Amino acid sequence: MVTIAEPGTKAASRFRYILDRRETLGAIFVAPAILYVLLLVGGPFLLAVYYSISAYTIYDPSWRFVGLVNFAQVIQNPVFLKTLGNTFLFTFGSQLLGLILGKFGAFLLMRPFAGRKIVRALIILPWAVPIALAAVAWEWMFDSLYSVINWSMIALGIIDRSDAPNWLGNPHLAMLCVIIVNAWRFFPFAIVIFLAGITSIPQDIIDAATVDGAGFWRRNYQIVLPLILPIVAVGLIFGIVFTFTDLSIVYLLTNGGPINATSVLAFQGFQVGIVSGDVSHGAAISLFMLPVLLVVVIIVLRFIRRREV
Amino acid sequence: MATVSASNIVKRFDEVLAVNGISLAIPDGEFVVLLGPSGCGKTTFLRIICGLERQTSGDLVIDGNIVNDVPPRARGVAMMFQSYGLYPHYTVRNNIAFPLRTQRVSGTEIEKKVKWASRLLGIEFLLDRRPRQLSGGERQRVALARALVREPTALLLDEPLSNLDAKLRASARQEIKQFQRRVGVTTIYVTHDQVEAMALGDRIAVVDHGRIRQIGTPTEIYDEPADRFVATFVGAPPMNLLTHNGACLGFRPENFLPREMMRDGAVTEFWFRVDRYEYLGSERIAYGTIEGFDSTQFITAKLPARIAEESVRPGERHLFAVHRQDLRYFDHDGKRTRGH
Repeated sequence: MVTIAEPGTKAASRFRYILDRRETLGAIFVAPAILYVLLLVGGPFLLAVYYSISAYTIYDPSWRFVGLVNFAQVIQNPVFLKTLGNTFLFTFGSQLLGLILGKFGAFLLMRPFAGRKIVRALIILPWAVPIALAAVAWEWMFDSLYSVINWSMIALGIIDRSDAPNWLGNPHLAMLCVIIVNAWRFFPFAIVIFLAGITSIPQDIIDAATVDGAGFWRRNYQIVLPLILPIVAVGLIFGIVFTFTDLSIVYLLTNGGPINATSVLAFQGFQVGIVSGDVSHGAAISLFMLPVLLVVVIIVLRFIRRREV
Repeated sequence: MATVSASNIVKRFDEVLAVNGISLAIPDGEFVVLLGPSGCGKTTFLRIICGLERQTSGDLVIDGNIVNDVPPRARGVAMMFQSYGLYPHYTVRNNIAFPLRTQRVSGTEIEKKVKWASRLLGIEFLLDRRPRQLSGGERQRVALARALVREPTALLLDEPLSNLDAKLRASARQEIKQFQRRVGVTTIYVTHDQVEAMALGDRIAVVDHGRIRQIGTPTEIYDEPADRFVATFVGAPPMNLLTHNGACLGFRPENFLPREMMRDGAVTEFWFRVDRYEYLGSERIAYGTIEGFDSTQFITAKLPARIAEESVRPGERHLFAVHRQDLRYFDHDGKRTRGH
């Protein structure tokens, strides 16, 4: 071995290229997101957990520990049980409706036609319009006197003026209304999810199925749907979590009524905890969503994992 | 198994004329290769045959029936796609069974046929795997098994070997050929690779700009090209062309040899100036120009590697010659003519 004298090597500063190191740079980039989650999600969550096992109200802001008493009281309340049922109906009803609309919408928007771009842009509107604005519009459409839906049906001779439905006044119809409005809000998202899924399937696979003798339905249910199911499942998780924890439509459209017919968990938690000031019970109601959502998310994620292997 | 015949098939996509009047009659059991550069319309033509595209005009007859308005599922043809199009969520077994399921074949019959097809291609041991767990060559076999399992009227193959590496490609080529002979299915094979075309086809149809330039056996295509396009598309390196007064003189590089190597027969002589060599093991390709012709026209000569490089030195001119019977003449439109 020949050693060559190195002329005055200078050690580069230890920190000079620190930003070139993946682990350092990565940590720096991820830090804001983690901080955000810790401060604005983790903190309030732990606070809610503590509220739910304390006797905290805004009239008596004590941090007295009471164990699971709040939960026991909440469960014994028949309004709460109704609310729990409503929440499931509201969530899964609107998701199902939204998915069906989304799938049809996606299929329609796949095919080229004149003005497709405009329609594609318009169809995103329900998602983009502020819900407060949309809810007001829907409220007018469901109005007991001025409902444009009733007016149209009467004009078309489908129903008689005397038995025009009172959309938001009838408990069953009111639930249907909030489901419809939520599905209306969700379906553009479903369309986007379905479009993304369908366009990610290589054309060769669809063509192969066609040549192999599969008609429209078989292609859809044996090839396309199974292939996009993982993507749709992720979309569904989003939909379920957002709907389950949402109170805006109920709050704006029916205010939980009539007679709690459309009251959902988030709405009731808000009513009890914030409006009535019974923070500990409100927190207990809200925390009921956690195990439910956790189970749903775990089931769906496991399902996706299985499909991918 | 059936005859396939197309008459004057035209396919227009808006302004683009993808297929410009292809007529082709394929007898039962023949292996026809559609050879052409990418974008020449060969794949579109294949998609028309299987019904994935509807021709703008022209008639397509499969097994004696006009199938212009028959949907793909009722045509009974099978197609193998460039990327195979295997169903990723199905096992190999279910992939192969799929075409039978669509025909509502009974369960026991499906099992029997899947076994038959998988044995034919030697993939029985893969039946319970999913496509992503297979190698490129295995996928290709599965796709072929799926195409054959319902005994199609015709088998359409769209560049089936292009996803394989070079070594595998050669053996897969051999297998496809042997396999087609054994099964005897009418086969239409699309490729841009002239070696594949020469090796596989009973007949080759050379396609360019949506038209068939020439159709014939591999020998006919190679030895008697109908025009300049076919002459330069088939053969590696392609046929040399010398332009003179608009007309064209062509000869294959392997027929262009040093004068002293020619023994007898009528020859035409040229002074060839070698520019550089490419050594390919079994042969040596010489690139250069011919004196008296346009010096931008590069001419190639394929010399046996045993000829020492010293005998024809780069930079020097050397007397080369071509046998008269190996000369081909083309008119100024590029069409083949009888010659002088």
